[in-house]
Amino acid sequence: MRSFATIALTALSRIAPVLVVCAVAVLLGFLLINGLPAFSTQLFFGDTPVLAALTGRVPVFDGIWPACVGTVALVVLSCSISIPLGILSGICMNEFTPAFLKRPMVFATDLLAGIPSIVMGLFGFALILFLRSTLFPGAKTGLWLSAVCMAVLVLPYCINTTRTALEALPEELRLMGPSLGLTHEQSVFHILLPAAARSIMGGVILAIGRAAEDTAVILITGVVANAGLPRSILDKYEALPFKVYYIAAQFQNELELQQGFGTALTLLCLTTCLFLGAHRLRKTVERRWN
Amino acid sequence: MLHAAAAVSCLAVLAVFLFLLRFAAPLFSTEGLAKVMQWRWEPFGGHFGILPMIVGTVCLSISAMVVAAPLSLGIACFVNGMGPKRLARPVLGVVQFMTSIPTVVYGFVAVFLLVPFIRSAFAHGSGFSWLAAALMLSLLILPTMVLVLHSQFSQVEPEVRLTAAALGLSKAQAFVHLVLPLSRRGLLASAILGFGRAVGDTLIPLMLAGNAVKPPESVLDSIRTLTAHIALVVATDSSSGAYHSLFACGMILFLTTVAVNAGLRWVAGGNGRA
Repeated sequence: MRSFATIALTALSRIAPVLVVCAVAVLLGFLLINGLPAFSTQLFFGDTPVLAALTGRVPVFDGIWPACVGTVALVVLSCSISIPLGILSGICMNEFTPAFLKRPMVFATDLLAGIPSIVMGLFGFALILFLRSTLFPGAKTGLWLSAVCMAVLVLPYCINTTRTALEALPEELRLMGPSLGLTHEQSVFHILLPAAARSIMGGVILAIGRAAEDTAVILITGVVANAGLPRSILDKYEALPFKVYYIAAQFQNELELQQGFGTALTLLCLTTCLFLGAHRLRKTVERRWN
Repeated sequence: MLHAAAAVSCLAVLAVFLFLLRFAAPLFSTEGLAKVMQWRWEPFGGHFGILPMIVGTVCLSISAMVVAAPLSLGIACFVNGMGPKRLARPVLGVVQFMTSIPTVVYGFVAVFLLVPFIRSAFAHGSGFSWLAAALMLSLLILPTMVLVLHSQFSQVEPEVRLTAAALGLSKAQAFVHLVLPLSRRGLLASAILGFGRAVGDTLIPLMLAGNAVKPPESVLDSIRTLTAHIALVVATDSSSGAYHSLFACGMILFLTTVAVNAGLRWVAGGNGRA
């Protein structure tokens, strides 16, 4: 019974994990070796005194501080739109929507989740063209546009994570509310939601990570290489992922290259922390229900 | 308030679709379509053909799939019983961690590691090539494909484990003759999802594929995908004629997403086992 297929699959299951784990190890090792020496206050603030830079009194020209602030601003803005909206929509779709409406809504959410981020950026670009030709002839790309597009991009993740968290709750919990004489609303808000809160949090953290790392959306909606700290949401801004992309394409000397490695490592640390946070939350949830 | 939130979310999908449709509208005529469906891209000469980019996208995503599919199958089998038990969790952990690595970091490292390697190994061109982009793209879509396969295998494998053992099948034979045939839906779903991700990614082709506007002749040639094309043209801010072709690219990508979703639904069929 030893056919060619079994031999091939055995070989594949031996080779593939080794190959992929090695590839990831080499990539990350290369990044660490080149990025760690660049990790210093010099990387973040350049030659500007740290305190002055932190308070924003002195502009930072040769550090990645403005890019960090830009990314944080973008994440905070986009998530403050998409997280509440996403969680509420998820609750509504799962608990308060009749079945005939639920199916098209689920389809729409899945569709939105699958749309490539560059198409979302293109949507923002179309929005600007539209605004220019109608209400605001002076409309320009900037932080607000990136935040809106990013919010639409991560919205489906927030909705789906809420829905799956509610669906995964054990049946006893669903019966508890009615058996205590609670209305459906009371049961959802006092029993189901608190029970699902941790897994919802986990998904939301992953959505934040997505908003922090996506480059294609901001690439065409207002990020630039040198903008300094964003002063208002109409301004252009800098962002960490764009900085990484820009340096890879346009670096001119060893120093900029060093900065590129440092920036890439900073971004990786950020997303890794978010990933680990989400992972921990998931783990505690699994332990609770199984 | 809940219903309002849900309504806003649905409106967002509609808005995205309508905006793309509105700006791609000039293309829905024979001459509009002919203007875009040609091989020449010379924005200053009035030629806005996107056929080379379509070919680029198709070539790149299929080649990335060819590399990623067997690797993810191997890893999924390894994790679900074909490898040693104590290595299964760490390997799965690495794959899950891969989902959190930013695309731009993959691209950045590859620019300074993989591209010079290809340049010196093949002594052909600059190293920014179809090959470099395909390899990195396969690494990018791999976790998606592995996790779909894993969720399928971890349902099917325990069900047939005892039967297979009773029949005297080895682990590998059990996978080939029982688990894989029973997981057809999962295999298809992972392929479709992986393909969708490969088509939609922007940064890897933009940073690594070289972005030359012509159909490739070998894997060492430079190619340009639809996604990279959108990013490049918007960044260089050319004439409004070029914009229409951009929305054609966007429309093609959007329709691909619709097709991918419809495909997944079709695969999932009646029972939700995909």
